[in-house]
Amino acid sequence: MARTPADLVGAQPDPPFEITFDGRRVTALPGQTLAAALWGAGILAWRTTRDGGRPRGAFCGIGQCYDCLATVNGEPNRRACLVPARPGDAITTQEGHGHDRLAV
Amino acid sequence: MPTRNAPDVIVVGAGVVGAACAHYAARAGLSVTVVDRGPVAGGTTGAGEGNLLVSDKEPGPELELALISAGLWRELAELLPPQVEYEAKGGLVVASDEPGMRALRAFAARQEKAGVTGREVPGDRLHDLEPHLAPTLAGGFHYPQDAQVMPAHAAARLLRTGGGRIRPRLGEEVTGLLTGPAGEIRGVRTTAGEIHAPYVVNAAGTWGGALARLAGVHLPVLPRRGFVLVTEPLPRVVRHKVYAADYVADVASGSAALQTSAVVEGTPAGPVLIGASRERVGFDRTLSTEVLRRLAAGATALFPVLGGVRAIRTYLGFRPYLPDHLPAIGPDPRVPGLLHACGHEGAGIGLAPVTGRIVAACLTGDEPPLDIHPFRPERFADTEPPAPPAP
Repeated sequence: MARTPADLVGAQPDPPFEITFDGRRVTALPGQTLAAALWGAGILAWRTTRDGGRPRGAFCGIGQCYDCLATVNGEPNRRACLVPARPGDAITTQEGHGHDRLAV
Repeated sequence: MPTRNAPDVIVVGAGVVGAACAHYAARAGLSVTVVDRGPVAGGTTGAGEGNLLVSDKEPGPELELALISAGLWRELAELLPPQVEYEAKGGLVVASDEPGMRALRAFAARQEKAGVTGREVPGDRLHDLEPHLAPTLAGGFHYPQDAQVMPAHAAARLLRTGGGRIRPRLGEEVTGLLTGPAGEIRGVRTTAGEIHAPYVVNAAGTWGGALARLAGVHLPVLPRRGFVLVTEPLPRVVRHKVYAADYVADVASGSAALQTSAVVEGTPAGPVLIGASRERVGFDRTLSTEVLRRLAAGATALFPVLGGVRAIRTYLGFRPYLPDHLPAIGPDPRVPGLLHACGHEGAGIGLAPVTGRIVAACLTGDEPPLDIHPFRPERFADTEPPAPPAP
């Protein structure tokens, strides 16, 4: 059986909690970023591009490339690879810039 | 000694003005070498917003330039690829109170006599044009002739026109001018060698004064710094170029002190650009949080919706300012073969095509599209500082 990063460093995290992705329940550990929690659940894409609607998720994983933008608790353009998961966080797939409701 | 493949004319500066000079000279059949120490649009062209405005100009020589140039931009928009993002979006100038509206009305009436179309928009109709505008404004004026272009792309695409007659030489700095026995232009010396041509066009923008100095003439181009604040990409939340009435007074002022007035516009790429600041602080590139704070406050006062979006970056540039706010365009009688096309302050993107047309006309002996006497480059000769004492 594959060892997890938590096994490798002998981590003893506090109890897991739940977040949601487009309404689906996802388990996260304290200290995990949203991107890590989503990846752990097998979710690789949580945004679509402005031109063409192509799927995007974490790319650099260190806050530099801005590919992993997600809408978190209604706020668009959060970098999922940097934002720590908190109990009850609701991540929703971000369509493009995430500001469609402002369009005139 | 003639060089093989020597061009007919050398343009110094690969900003939008240099690119337009090259474009119109090439259209007139001339071969053009464009030299720049940096990349295309590496100076003030790449640091602006791409405004093509008639609305902010008092009747006078600059407005005449702007009106001709507005028509030339419409032509160029047909010729250049869509990447230049030309948008005939129109401008909207807004006033916060009735005295402000009276000033706008008087200004627009004077402009109308000069050929500018401006339509009064009462306060309760502003939202038809700009639904996100603050609700308390007294009214405004809509200027349908105002437009916008993506300036760096415009310069780059202009340089690609000309059917092979335009040759850019980038990363090559002009270090001296070559002259003949009568002081006439023979070409330029650069960090990569010599280029020979009977004409040199000074399109070095804010650095045009330094190039003039290399030619031994005085042209007091001074940098006037401005910041632009850039939001995250948004859908269309601002339809026009929208600015507060006090912008016009700031543009016309010669003060060295910091002035800010709200100027807000969207872009086809999504980000909203927020200006405008003016200050004379030399070529200081230090970030000023005070300027950014004032820009953000001004923009959110006009468009409260912007208070809920992020500003993601800022950039700054140096407008090429001449003391009478007019550019220097045309031949320099002090140095035969030297022409100037610089000092357009904050209007260089808008005025680039007409400047290129004038320069091309001067090179080919044609009639310029308007009287260029107000722009004569030697008009500051009396203000020349005394020569430093000999060592």
